[in-house]
Amino acid sequence: MNPDRPRAHDERRPLSKHDVAAVLARDIPHGAFVNLGIGRPTLVADHLPADSGVVLHTENGMLNMGPAAHGDAIDPDLTNAGKVPVTELPGAAYFHHADSFAMMRGGHLDICVLGAFQVSAAGDLANWHTGAPDAIPAVGGAMDLAIGAKKVFVTMTLFTRTGAPKLVPRCTYPLTGLGCVDRVYTDLAVFDITPQGVMVRETFGTTVDELAGRLDLPLLPARD
Amino acid sequence: MTARLCAHADEAVAGIQDGSTVLVGGFGMAGMPVDLIDALIRQGAKDLTVVSNNAGNGDTGLAALLAKGRVRKVVCSFPRQADSYVFDELYRAGRVELEVVPQGNLAERIRAAGAGIGAFFCPTGAGTLLAEGKETRVIDGRVHVLEYPIKGDVALIGAHRADRMGNLVYRKTARNFGPVMATAATTVIAQVREVVDTGTLDPETVVTPSIYVDRVVQEASA
Repeated sequence: MNPDRPRAHDERRPLSKHDVAAVLARDIPHGAFVNLGIGRPTLVADHLPADSGVVLHTENGMLNMGPAAHGDAIDPDLTNAGKVPVTELPGAAYFHHADSFAMMRGGHLDICVLGAFQVSAAGDLANWHTGAPDAIPAVGGAMDLAIGAKKVFVTMTLFTRTGAPKLVPRCTYPLTGLGCVDRVYTDLAVFDITPQGVMVRETFGTTVDELAGRLDLPLLPARD
Repeated sequence: MTARLCAHADEAVAGIQDGSTVLVGGFGMAGMPVDLIDALIRQGAKDLTVVSNNAGNGDTGLAALLAKGRVRKVVCSFPRQADSYVFDELYRAGRVELEVVPQGNLAERIRAAGAGIGAFFCPTGAGTLLAEGKETRVIDGRVHVLEYPIKGDVALIGAHRADRMGNLVYRKTARNFGPVMATAATTVIAQVREVVDTGTLDPETVVTPSIYVDRVVQEASA
């Protein structure tokens, strides 16, 4: 399927986080250089086909990172951004931190995949800090990825556990980056953030009308 | 002057003064110069500003230095982790200051210090809390934030091998902050797993040239 074409809505159930990762993985072009954030975004790696040619970047200084290491393959000198032991694939390269972030900030990565607390209709991203008075803020590489990658994909649930939308007119959490998100993958739908507004690419077990009733922002239907 | 080979980590950290800014390499425990930090604890310098990606993991390394109350301020990108309980407790008790810096700015500000760059503009963080009060400029249609260098009095870094001159090679992702921190401090101290004879490292593979390195010590466990 051509990833640039919107897909027809379907009647499938809401997606599990693994299903969302699979849908997102399907949209990553062959041979892309990709950074996957910690948590949900990491799951995308499990759904890239063996012949995808995708090269994974890890911010701590490596290209062509392989899967998690187990048993004898664990090497304390070889970890991912989440400090989890990983492996190297043929064609891997190591580099220091300033080079690794120059790679991001210089616009060399094709796609980064990030988690989020909130995304706004204008593509603002909030994913680093709840703003709670007792929270210890920790930003890591999120702000660099948000402004640096050619495309920023977010993966998250569309609603919080208490039912509040996470795709919002304006973020109420502290921002990570302004106008930086291109596409949002959720359990209920995939959205494109466009200059015209938020466009629904596909839905899972719901409809655009149902979503419009639960979200506090206008939705543009997918083009046929 | 080329690097001085030290017999023990205590010799390597001698002379670090109270109030120093100490750049500490490592990303989590990968590349963390644990012997040097343990020696710094024994050495006793206090009121330190520590610049590192994280704020300590578990009870060893940077966490142990924090636990001893020697650190006044931490400059880092990602303090909060599953095993950062030492820092978390100190921070919540108001016993340590925190400056959170986006990771790319942290690396680049250190790089700038080592490269004689007075400051630089970058879009990272524009419009966020971490850019509040900072000078901005629109360049090529995009808001950029002015960032100043971070220079250390001392850098403590971990590397894989050194030769007797102080040329360093690293291993896998343990390289992380070592090469930039090695350029950005008045006194650069490297802990390595192995010291080899000068002339045996392939010059094509040297990542940190000896010009940056002041003292080298081999790991006690190596």
